[in-house]
This record gives sequence, C-alpha cells and structure tokens, in this order.
Amino acid sequence: MDYGTYRGIYTIIMMVVFAAIIWWAYSKHSKKRFDDAANSILDDKDLKDSRKKEQQAHKD
Amino acid sequence: MSATSSATPIYNFDIVKKFAVMAVIWGLIGMSAGVLIAAQLVWPELNFDTPWFTYSRLRPLHTNAVIFAFGGCALFATSYYVVQRTCQTRIFSDKIANFTFWGWQAVIVCAIISLPLGMTSSKEYAELEWPIDILIAIVWIAYAIVFFGTIVKRTTSHIYVANWFYGGFILTVAVLHIGNSMAIPVSFTKSYSIYAGAVDAMMQWWYGHNAVGFFLTAGFLGMMYYFVPKQAERPVYSYRLSVVHFWSLISLYIWAGPHHLHYTALPDWTQSLGMVMSIVLFVPSWGGMINGIMTLSGAWHKLRTDPILRFMIVSLSFYGMSTFEGPMMAIKSVNALSHYTDWTVGHVHSGALGWVAMISIGSLYHLIPRVFGRERMYSIKLINVHFWLATAGVVLYIVAMWITGVMEGMMWRAINADGTLTYSFIEIVAQKKPFNIIRWVGGLCVVTGMILMLYNVIRTIRSDKTADESISSPAAQATA
Repeated sequence: MDYGTYRGIYTIIMMVVFAAIIWWAYSKHSKKRFDDAANSILDDKDLKDSRKKEQQAHKD
Repeated sequence: MSATSSATPIYNFDIVKKFAVMAVIWGLIGMSAGVLIAAQLVWPELNFDTPWFTYSRLRPLHTNAVIFAFGGCALFATSYYVVQRTCQTRIFSDKIANFTFWGWQAVIVCAIISLPLGMTSSKEYAELEWPIDILIAIVWIAYAIVFFGTIVKRTTSHIYVANWFYGGFILTVAVLHIGNSMAIPVSFTKSYSIYAGAVDAMMQWWYGHNAVGFFLTAGFLGMMYYFVPKQAERPVYSYRLSVVHFWSLISLYIWAGPHHLHYTALPDWTQSLGMVMSIVLFVPSWGGMINGIMTLSGAWHKLRTDPILRFMIVSLSFYGMSTFEGPMMAIKSVNALSHYTDWTVGHVHSGALGWVAMISIGSLYHLIPRVFGRERMYSIKLINVHFWLATAGVVLYIVAMWITGVMEGMMWRAINADGTLTYSFIEIVAQKKPFNIIRWVGGLCVVTGMILMLYNVIRTIRSDKTADESISSPAAQATA
C-alpha cells in the first residue's frame, strides 16, 4: 500500500471514530450518566467530612 | 490515620497549599522579570552593562518562570485538588507528591541560575540544559504516577471531565518533553540536539506548539471544567459537549506545529498541513470556550457581585479571542505579515496573561480559602481591584503589540521603486518606542495586581477566621 492510500484510509478511520464519539456523547443512553457526572462536583459534603476527620485525627 | 480507610476520605491538602502559594510567588517573580525586559526595550541601559542582565538571557528566564514556574505550580495545585475531590479519595502517594513539589522547585531554581549564566540549548520554551531536562522528566513521570494512581484508586464510578484534560496534559507533556529534549551532551552544561536541520525545527515546533496546546490549554481547560461550575454553583453547560471537546481538541492540536515554520526550509506540504489543521482547531477551541461561558447562562447576575467569577469569564473571553486570532495568524498570507513581529508577542500574551493567568488566578482565589480552612479570601475588594488591574494591563499590552506588530510588518516589507528597502531596521525600532512604553505600563498593572494577590493570600492564611462546619458558598463570599 502506498503512502497516499494509507493516509486516505487513516483519514476515513478517524472520521468514523469522531462520528462515533459524537453519537455516543449525544445518545439518549448516556444522558443520565453525563448529567449525574456534571452535578457530581457541586456537593461540598466531602470537603466538610474530610476537614472534620482531620480535626478528629489531630485530637486523637 | 486509620480514618483514611473508611468511606469518606481525608484529603491531602498540604501538597495543594504548597503549590498554590508558590504559584502566586513565582507568578509575581516571573511577571516582574517580564516588566524588566519590557523596560529594557525602551531603556536598554537597564541591562547595567552586565552579560547576566541582557535581554537575550532574561527573556527565556521570563518565559520559563511564567509558563513552568507560575503556570506549572498552578496546574500541580489545582490538579491535585481536583483529582482528590472528584475521585473522592486521598492522593495516591504523599511521598511521591512531595517529591514532585521539591523536584519542581529545584528545576525552577536551576533555571533561575543557569539561564542568566547563558547556559541554553537555544530551543524556545525548552532552553534548559540536559541535566535539568533529566530532572524535569523524572519529576514529570512522578507526577503522572501520583495523578493516574489517584484516578485508579478513586471511589467514584465516573472520571470527571476535568481529570481527562489534566490527564491528557500530563501524558502529552511527558512525550513532548522527552521527545524534543533528546540531546548529545558535550559537557555538563552544553549539549546539542540529536535532530538536525529542518527535522530539528519540526521537532522543536511540534514540541513548542503542543506546549501551548497541552501545557497552556488542556491543563487550564481542566481548571475551567472544575472551577467555573464550582464558582458559579451550576453544572457545566453541556457535559456532552465537554466529551466531544476533549477528544477533538487533543486529536487536532498535535498537528498545528508547522505554522511556526511558514516560508522556511520545511517542506511546503507540511506547512500547508499545519495551516489547515490550525484553522480547523478553531472549532473545538470555541466549543470549549462557549461551554465554559454558557455555564453561567441564567446566572449572569453573579458577575456583578463576584470578582472571582469575573476573572474566570474574562479569561474565557480572552481564550476565545486568542483562539480566533491564532488560526488567522496561521494562514500563510497573514503569517507573511505577522511572523517575527510584535503581533506574535501580543497574541501570546493575550493567551498567557488573558487566558492562562486569569483562569489560574480565579481558580487560586477559589481554592486557597478552601484548602487553608478559611471562610473566604481576606479581602474580596482587593480581588476586584486585582481583576481591573489585570484586565486593563492585558488590554494595554495587546493593543500596543497589535499596533507595533502590524506597523513593523508593513515597514519591513516596504520597498522603493528601485527594489531597495524603504526603512532601515533601526528606524522601525525607533517608531515602536511609544508603544513599548504602553506595553511596559500594561505589564506594571499586571504585576501590581499580583502584589495585591500575594498580600491577600498572606492575610487569608494568617487570619484566624476558620470555616467552621460549612464552607461558604461563592455567593456568600461575594456579598460578604
């Protein structure tokens, strides 16, 4: 296979991969998981717990 | 420390604190070096007739200090903070993390000593000589172990998008640094690249532009995807878009390097490829920028009261501006005018001061009270003053550089009817003087802002107002 053919096939593969990523990201199947992920960082409970435990550890 | 084994983790914030404070200190030092060399362009006698203070030696010191010392420490601090909190687990190894801190500081100190002494490999943004390069590689691999180790031991099922950007940045910078720094040492302080001629130039700008793409973009986008939603108290505008953003950005950036080598000995097709890929890169860049800014949709009023959020949103505006300007400058015919002029310098600073520094400063103002267990920063008013100084400084700087850039580009190419050059080089330098003064004033504004930041950080750390059980919300911070 010459260089040009190889590059052509490679380009097609990359385009298909890119289309697949978009399809996957925007599919209904992923929506809930992604929404959960986006919201997952907003809670600060872990920070408070960590700080409490650290203070506890200092006292012990 | 048996508590670490139970469900809720005790985070290692000690490492975050160290890197966060050093980011502010190196930021001040690196930007001050920039102000000094900007002054030298107007008043050359400021090199004090010494070789150590010449522009040629201090310029790489400035770029290394702001990119790798300031930007690097900000990336270490935020990535260690974000990876622990989003993975809900303590960092993989305290010892290795500590090694990355002291190792990275050692690299910076070596740079501060070796560059003014004139030791350089003469590769832009990779000037440090081979023993320091080896230290960087070791520290970076340790960083990768700590970061990816933390991801592996996470207690959450999903890997939050900020970590993908941080991970991409860490992995790619390792490959770029080791690839480009390959050299044959001839003595302890001098080495020569193993690549020759046009191949060496290609390697250098494959590294150089991906230092922009991965060090100065992907890493800071990781910051954006965590700290903008946190400060705005809203989830990111579109998590789906962030996934597409990540994969398209990392797969396109890697090809853009040849636009630094238009009209050189590089093969013509490579230059054209670099140009086309640079233009395409506009799309994921703006996708990400819109994703960050639109996170505020429905909550724009927060900008009125929260200067930290203002830092973040203005940084994204500068990001959008410089990622439009960049693809345009990569077009060969535009590049024929802009290359080697101050336009490039202005472009770099709208990216580095506008985007990179402002998103870092915003993130640090968010992070510092939290890791030090304080309710909020010592003074929100001072943050606001810092914001306006930084914004005014960047605008003065880049506008001055646009003017001198286009002016000198036009003057360099002007020819008389008989084919001789219309202007001598020194005539063009003289024309630039007033604008170089404006640039210096802009830099002074930015540095003044950093002094206020350092003061604010010190007062925050030394204050005894601890955050009791609640960590105050950004809204409460802003109105307090």
